[in-house]
Amino acid sequence: MRKMVAAFVTAVVCTLGALMVPAASSMAEEAQSAVEQGKAIAFDRKGGNCLACHMIATGDLPGNIGPPLVAMAQRFPDKAKLRAQIWDATAINPHSAMPPFGKNRILTEEQIDLVTEFIYVQ
Amino acid sequence: MKRMVTVFLGAALVAGLAWATPEDDRQAFVEYFQNRFPDVAVADYINGVYAIDPGAYEQWVQIEEFAPYELAIAEGKELFETPFANGKTYADCFPNGGIGIRQNYPYFDTATGQVKTLELEINECREKNGEKPLGYKKGPIASISAYMAFTSRGQVLDVKIPDDPRAMAAYEHGKEFYYSKRGQLNFSCADCHVSNSGMMIRADRLSPALGHPTHFPVYRSKWNDMGTLHRRFDGCNKQVRAVPLKAQGEEYRDLEYFVTYMSNGLVINGPGARK
Ligand code: HEC
Ligand code: HEC
Repeated sequence: MRKMVAAFVTAVVCTLGALMVPAASSMAEEAQSAVEQGKAIAFDRKGGNCLACHMIATGDLPGNIGPPLVAMAQRFPDKAKLRAQIWDATAINPHSAMPPFGKNRILTEEQIDLVTEFIYVQ
Repeated sequence: MKRMVTVFLGAALVAGLAWATPEDDRQAFVEYFQNRFPDVAVADYINGVYAIDPGAYEQWVQIEEFAPYELAIAEGKELFETPFANGKTYADCFPNGGIGIRQNYPYFDTATGQVKTLELEINECREKNGEKPLGYKKGPIASISAYMAFTSRGQVLDVKIPDDPRAMAAYEHGKEFYYSKRGQLNFSCADCHVSNSGMMIRADRLSPALGHPTHFPVYRSKWNDMGTLHRRFDGCNKQVRAVPLKAQGEEYRDLEYFVTYMSNGLVINGPGARK
């Protein structure tokens, strides 16, 4: 009988665990993968190609037309402002050399969201 | 009162701009680069990006020693000297038999009201003599142009803008093109070769616009081949995902007119070798 209860409890714990534990880690994984996906888009020459102009940690052979993208959360506490810079740099500086990634549909809205997540944690 | 002063200043500025002659533009252009790269002698701008990058300069000097464009010069000389089916040659079409004249191109032709480039006249010469025109970006035309540039080495670029409103319009048209943003990536020529010259775009250093046309056509390692100036324009337009325009079409000829005028006073050192 005791054995049965133990088995039952174990089963319940396992079931709950199966529901709970992966749920928690999948949220973390999702955030992690948004950053990872954003990084892939930002580094892709046919995507954002941000390294053409910006130093970004772990990126090879960066250009220096734009400022190094470091300490971004301090410089852009408001993520929406960061996204706006990426969406259309010419709205802020009409002479900007930075391509207007959203306005000119160089990247999709979803890709810009992902790139913003990645840049925000630099 | 303050308002009036502003209005006055504004009017003076606009008037000043309207009165800016191509020569004023050129002097401002040269000054800009002198301020940007104070250590570089004006005469050295003919070396493109190597003028401002001592590390790359050393490598380039070695490349120039085994000049990869040598074959093109030899081929160009042969093509230039081989008579057409009717017995005439290119020498019959050009001043001074086509030797040592690169520095006078492009020029504004008041008879036809358009900018004439060397490559355009090479083809006009062929057609006048019953031959088919050549492609404008590479191949035999680049070789002939390379040979003609080679015979002009050391001559001083001397592009003229005659007193003709159509010549001024062509110049202004080229200038406007140079400073206009285009393509999905939204770049002007000046964004890369004026305001960001010397900066790195990924692993490439951006060359200054001053001196650009002195050494064309070029043998470019990336092409593994020779290319004309309009081939380069084509490539730079494609980089910013702009639809490239027709080689030797009016836009690119006017662009060449403006760009080359800016380099007046520098010597011809074409053909050149580039990364
Ligand atoms: C061809 C050049 C170029 C490319 C490509 C480019 N940028 Fe920029 N970027 C700039 C320049 C220049 C600035 C400086 C501000 C301005 O002129 O707009 C800038 C500014 C920024 C800023 C503001 C930095 C600050 O501290 O103010 C951010 C953020 C940024 N870029 C992100 C990106 C991202 C993300 C990408 C790729 C998806 C990218 N940039 C691609 C040229 C570029
Ligand atoms: C996005 C950047 C970019 C833009 C915009 C751009 N270029 Fe370039 N251009 C380059 C790069 C990179 C090179 C190769 C390295 C160098 O010499 O600058 C180059 C090379 C050249 C060269 C050859 C230089 C030499 O010494 O052989 C010419 C000429 C030139 N560009 C003209 C133009 C013109 C005209 C335009 C506008 C229609 C233009 N470029 C627009 C990036 C650009």
